[in-house]
Amino acid sequence: MSTLLKVQGVHTFYGSIEALKGVDLEVGTGEIVTLIGANGAGKSTLLMTICGNPHPRGGRIYFEGEDITGRPTYEIIRRGIAQSPEGRRIFPRMTVLENLQMGSITARPGSFDTELERVLTLFPRLKERIGQRAGTMSGGEQQMLAIGRALMSQPKMLLLDEPSLGLAPLVVKQIFEVVKEINREQKMTIFMVEQNAYHALKLAHRAYVMVTGRITMSGTGAQLLADPEVRAAYLEGGH
Amino acid sequence: MEYFLQQLINGLTLGAIYGLIAIGYTMVYGIIGMINFAHGEIYMIGAFVSVITFLVLGALGITWVPLALALMLIFAMLFTSVYGWTVERIAYRPLRGSQRLAPLISAIGMSIFLQNYVQVLQGARVKPLPPIVSGGFSVMERADGFVVSLSYLQIFIILLTVALMYGFTQLIQRTELGRAQRACEQDKVMAGLLGVNVDRTISLTFVMGAALAAVAGMMVTLYYGVIDFYIGFLAGVKAFTAAVLGGIGSLPGAMLGGLCIGLIEAFWSAYFTTEYKDVAAFSILVLVLIFRPTGLLGRPEIEKV
Ligand SMILES: Nc1ncnc2c1ncn2[C@@H]1O[C@H](COP(=O)(O)OP(=O)(O)OP(=O)(O)O)[C@@H](O)[C@H]1O
Ligand SMILES: [Mg+2]
Repeated sequence: MSTLLKVQGVHTFYGSIEALKGVDLEVGTGEIVTLIGANGAGKSTLLMTICGNPHPRGGRIYFEGEDITGRPTYEIIRRGIAQSPEGRRIFPRMTVLENLQMGSITARPGSFDTELERVLTLFPRLKERIGQRAGTMSGGEQQMLAIGRALMSQPKMLLLDEPSLGLAPLVVKQIFEVVKEINREQKMTIFMVEQNAYHALKLAHRAYVMVTGRITMSGTGAQLLADPEVRAAYLEGGH
Repeated sequence: MEYFLQQLINGLTLGAIYGLIAIGYTMVYGIIGMINFAHGEIYMIGAFVSVITFLVLGALGITWVPLALALMLIFAMLFTSVYGWTVERIAYRPLRGSQRLAPLISAIGMSIFLQNYVQVLQGARVKPLPPIVSGGFSVMERADGFVVSLSYLQIFIILLTVALMYGFTQLIQRTELGRAQRACEQDKVMAGLLGVNVDRTISLTFVMGAALAAVAGMMVTLYYGVIDFYIGFLAGVKAFTAAVLGGIGSLPGAMLGGLCIGLIEAFWSAYFTTEYKDVAAFSILVLVLIFRPTGLLGRPEIEKV
């Protein structure tokens, strides 16, 4: 398996606050990798840093073996990375269809109809709402839209930031099903940040744990799931 | 009745011109949340470029009116686009992300600079332009001899404005560029995450606004026949009022606002006094800001985020 994404000693700052303090990790082609960690650990910052907003102040990021550190965001995205970011960030005053059209900006020309069909099959709910203003949809529907929008470009790597946040258990299950399905059917590489550690670790091939800007642990999903430290910190009171 | 009709025609013509300028204010406000105070000057430069183009064409012996008009339009749009782009690049982009007041001051500075720049280059005296499009219809005639006239020029102005506004609305609603602009308006970070080149999109917004202002500048030149380096100020403030009246950030709002200001000004000058016609526009600005800050078509936000 080849390495698709390689993050090497990355430091990211917000002003003088150091949010990432030397992060190293790798994501292989075709893998589902998950990153877990407490609030404020720097998970979202890592996903955003990979996309070049903000740029890291130290370290390097490689995608498909090429150094993308410091490149502008639109250029990084054009290489085949898509993100469904924290807080969903759908365009509230656009329709569902327009949001999906925005997702296909970097797609191959002419691929829109097939991708739209594929996304609407994955999320039939979006099909019913296709002409609705996205801002008036429910939280779960908005999350589906955010993921669907990210899929529209047929990225080589999909970054998901807490796709299950604030959703009912049934919807969470549905979203994880979809993640599994696109990884299996479309061989899409997925790097996912999750609070819902139990589900995420079960789903992931490999996982990392982040504590205050550093990776403290890594292993297969099953290994971390069985680890007493991980259980105590992230799975207590859970399943 | 006849008098009313005449003022209606005049008001529509004026409104078309204000509406075209107002679009630039509203679009720039929509995308970067800032009033581009140099926009009036861009319009003024559009007017100057059309006069200069006309004089050059005359010197070259190109006098066929449709061709002359088309070339004036093209050159005015081209030159002002470059100005619009440059203004954004040097006066606003370096300040993006700083406090709100900084780009505002920069905009006012830019406006003063452009005025003086044109004054130095072109002189302070008014520039006359011989009538290029003359003639028209008399729509009706009153018993006492008052004629309601609709000039060819007015028809030209109104039709061109309607066509441009239609085309422009389509551009914003249906094209990828228009969608990218609306996306940047709502969430620049997200637009970037989808592969939109945000800086370029903002630049293009300035360019579009400038090009439309140039059209207005050319129309004014044809309509009034005289321009000077100072016309940008008053027209700018009125178009800005139009944008606020319509609801700043709203494209149809800018068009509607422009129309309202044009009509109000025409009727005010006709039934009250011409001397105070500018006061009318400013009073409206004050009233709107007090009683309906979101404007006629502005949106009171009701959204889940
Ligand atoms: N725009 C910002 N400006 C300043 N500090 C920030 C900014 N964004 C994040 N931070 C800080 O950086 C640190 C990491 O934040 P980040 O959002 O990456 O955490 P996270 O792991 O995603 O947390 P959560 O699970 O709550 O989403 C936090 O201390 C946060 O306060
Ligand atoms: Mg986060």
